[in-house]
Amino acid sequence: MKFTKLGRAAVVAAAGALLLSSCAANEPAATEPAGGDSAAPEASTLSGDLAGAGASSMGAAQEAWIAGFQTANPDVNITYDPAGSGAGREQFIAGGVGFAGSDAYLDDEELAGEFAACAPDSLPVDLPIYISPIAVIFNVEGVDSLNMDAATIAKIFSGQITNWNDPAIAEQNPEATLPDAAITAVHRSDDSGTTENFTEYLAATAESDWTEGVFETWPAAYGGEGAQGTSGVVDAVSNGTNTIGYADASRAGDLGTVALQVGEEYVPFTAEAAAAAVDASPRVEGRHEGDLAVDLDRTTTEAGVYPLVLISYAIACTDYEDDATAELVKAYLGYIASEEGQQAGAENAGNAPISDELREEILAVVDTIQ
Amino acid sequence: MTATIAPTRTAQNPLTAGQLPRWAPWALLGVAVLIGAAVAGLIAGASGTAFSLVTVALLGFVLYLVAVTVVSQLIEGGRKATDRLVTGLVVGAFLLALVPLISLVVTVAINGAARFDLEFFTYTMRNVVGEGGGVLHAIVGTVLVTIWAAIISVPVGIFTAIYLVEYGKGSLSKAITFFVDVMTGIPSIVAGLFAYALFALFAGEGVRSGFGGAVALSLLMIPTVVRSTEEMLKLVPNDLREASLALGVPKWLTIAKVVLPTALAGIVTGVTLAIARVIGETAPLLIIAGFTTNMNYNVFDGRMMTLPVFAFNQYVSPGVQEQAYFDRAWSAALVLILIVMILNIGARVIAHFFAPKAGR
Amino acid sequence: MTTAAPAASRATATKRPADIAFQAVSTVAGVLILIALGGVAIFLVAQAVPAIIGPIPEAEGASFWDWVWPLTFGTLWSAFLAMIMAVPLAVAIALFITHFAPRRLAQLLGYVIDLLAAIPSVIYGLWGIAVLAPFFQPAFLWLGENLGWLPLFTPPASGTGRTILTASVVLAVMVLPIITALCREIFLQTPRLNEEAALALGATRWEMITMAVLPHGRSGIIASSILGLGRALGETMAVAMVLASSGVVSFVVIGSQNPSTIAANIALRFPEAHGITVNMLIGSGLVLFAITLLVNGLSRWIIAKTTVDGGR
Repeated sequence: MKFTKLGRAAVVAAAGALLLSSCAANEPAATEPAGGDSAAPEASTLSGDLAGAGASSMGAAQEAWIAGFQTANPDVNITYDPAGSGAGREQFIAGGVGFAGSDAYLDDEELAGEFAACAPDSLPVDLPIYISPIAVIFNVEGVDSLNMDAATIAKIFSGQITNWNDPAIAEQNPEATLPDAAITAVHRSDDSGTTENFTEYLAATAESDWTEGVFETWPAAYGGEGAQGTSGVVDAVSNGTNTIGYADASRAGDLGTVALQVGEEYVPFTAEAAAAAVDASPRVEGRHEGDLAVDLDRTTTEAGVYPLVLISYAIACTDYEDDATAELVKAYLGYIASEEGQQAGAENAGNAPISDELREEILAVVDTIQ
Repeated sequence: MTATIAPTRTAQNPLTAGQLPRWAPWALLGVAVLIGAAVAGLIAGASGTAFSLVTVALLGFVLYLVAVTVVSQLIEGGRKATDRLVTGLVVGAFLLALVPLISLVVTVAINGAARFDLEFFTYTMRNVVGEGGGVLHAIVGTVLVTIWAAIISVPVGIFTAIYLVEYGKGSLSKAITFFVDVMTGIPSIVAGLFAYALFALFAGEGVRSGFGGAVALSLLMIPTVVRSTEEMLKLVPNDLREASLALGVPKWLTIAKVVLPTALAGIVTGVTLAIARVIGETAPLLIIAGFTTNMNYNVFDGRMMTLPVFAFNQYVSPGVQEQAYFDRAWSAALVLILIVMILNIGARVIAHFFAPKAGR
Repeated sequence: MTTAAPAASRATATKRPADIAFQAVSTVAGVLILIALGGVAIFLVAQAVPAIIGPIPEAEGASFWDWVWPLTFGTLWSAFLAMIMAVPLAVAIALFITHFAPRRLAQLLGYVIDLLAAIPSVIYGLWGIAVLAPFFQPAFLWLGENLGWLPLFTPPASGTGRTILTASVVLAVMVLPIITALCREIFLQTPRLNEEAALALGATRWEMITMAVLPHGRSGIIASSILGLGRALGETMAVAMVLASSGVVSFVVIGSQNPSTIAANIALRFPEAHGITVNMLIGSGLVLFAITLLVNGLSRWIIAKTTVDGGR
């Protein structure tokens, strides 16, 4: 046995040596003098590690932002754990991470508590940096798009409309050939901001048909099939037949999508229509200075607005205990909100870039971070 | 048998009399499958559905079992018939189990081949957006975390098993046996939460390290190591122990030189299984080992990427070019399986060299 | 080996320092496990208490126990379905490898089976969604139409095939390698003499197995099944991905409304959980812990009841 262990240790050591001697081709070598070979006149002086955690909805966008920021600042290491909004907020409150990503802004209860990373007497701010339309997707042979009002969607997802050839759907879509088949409505089985935004939209626009209110967890009373995560819903909808579900619009792919009734017209999702929804909405009332939490107006009748959107916030302190962290957060959030950052995010994640007005507001707040 | 033997059968070899010829079961199987195919064809024709291979396999199998049992019952007698029936069932069970397993392996291999290139093994995901990138950081992370988990749990597990089998008596031994079984039921995510709570006590909130992941994995690994080692030690014949002790060999040497080597092959299988059990864990590592796109060689400090977390994340939050993400996820899974394969071969080679030469 | 440990009769022999040290190390290892488990238990209880005694959000249910019951049911039901599929299959495969297959083939097969235990549960989940569920869906429709009178197959059948039966099949495939690998090692350890004696007496292969191999391996089969059961009960990601879950209690195995399992539910809800929900989820983890305790106690009791003394 002794020999066995020795032997195993030898194998392990050999493997370890192999691994350690190999260096990743795209990582800066550790021995290289910091920033020494940078030819750019404005070589970045930023360095250090910054950790963030939170909503998985903006995971792909964070990837692009991190890559863009690290390319410009080679001595900086940024990580983002897409662990979930709740987990992100909790870690931020406990001081485990420098910033959090969250599908929901900090509530009053959380704001009343302590924030370990922030200087005493300073409050953190919610910055809306990620806007993504939520698409209602379906898989019915021969149908690419449908028009629906909120009441119809509410009835489908609450189990009141169970067949595709129901008059409620047919009336709004005279030219589509709908099959006489049962509807399988797919919803998220995990708690998610997508579900919360989706139900918030239905609760606001179709009160009488959507009676359970706003929730993160799908209630058993409404039935339907659960699926884990955006990918799970997309898979369930595309692998099943005569299915319908809701997911981040960037993942809709080849599936059919629903145009929502807003005012008199039907609006399909577009990045612009989603960004317009945020601009058309007021701020949440009674927030502290600098906080940009948005109270989405789901019932808007403005033309060209797609009100079924998800906003994800970056949560950061305005005054950090640690100045080095403050400097990094400030630079990083500044990059995210910049036109370049939003564009990079949109290219990788398919979200809607924020409008110029919103950018100015965000940058003004980011500037105050110290 | 005597009175009824027809004159013609006296010519037969007496040793093979009353036995089915070797080709008989195969012939029966062929006939059964043909009938199955015919019936499936009829069903497909009648209902207008596609010809189903599943129906063929099922019908053929059932028909074969019935036929071989009846024929054997008539010619060879009841005991032989039972034996043939059971043989058929066992082989059938084996083939049935192979179907999903092969399907899985083929799925992983085909999908994983897409990104099985040099870049995949020499790049990390630092500054990679969309296509490209590699998993070197995740491979390093998985190997380091798993090695540390093994360093913690293999000695603890094996010594515990030695205690249970060689020394243990009374309530402590009973308690350990019982609670080791209970340990198998710890949901992996709880192990991660526990490890996080433990490390947060010492290192403060927001602690992330590969070593924490190793501790969480050890919690999941130890029961498998203990239980399998215990079973293997129990199977070592007492004669061996007694012979060694009778020769005046101290007990600890008896265990180290006689008992453990005898059971080595089984222990190695148990340890390999335990490693295989934990190497694919996602949830606890996401909580305590964290998530990063960068390389990290230090298990005691900083976030460390691992292959399952990588595969899961690539699947769960892909960007616009989702195929690139899915390809990376499948390839990461394939790499994971290959790593276990290498560990497995290594362990087997070691076991082969150090285990005493046994009858088989 | 019966309960008589070899050490028992030699308690009076003089002990060497190395012996004492070795025994001490072994004992400490065992105690360490108890301490670790104690730590986990304390952690679970401390985190669970606020949810168990306090009120929980109204949307979740009337009380913690109301909330956790459907999950408990789902955990037991899916694990039960998985085990009735996996254990007989695993024993059969192990027998095939050890006593039916040609030796070279057997070694190769044993090796392949070991590897399968290594496939991460995420991949089982992906496979379940992409391959298994669409494959089963027509079968579920057929079952719903033709055997709908059985409580198990009450229609309507699921439109995507992601039912508790599919999840249980995935679980069964996952635990299969674990049980098989251990059973194989155990069957290989059957004393050769016993097997040969049985064969020499004219026993058929199956009779030899029932007389020599299975009695010898009984405790091992149960032990490996417990390991498999542990994984089936605690499996998180694969179930979370495959199962279309909603908080119902139902024996129907082909419908779109399926009970969730405790572990899967934790994985699904933990990332977005905060406040009392975290305590509730950890509380359900404690319940799972208790279930494992019970199930293991039960199986130990069964072993004790059925094991004939002097079996080997």
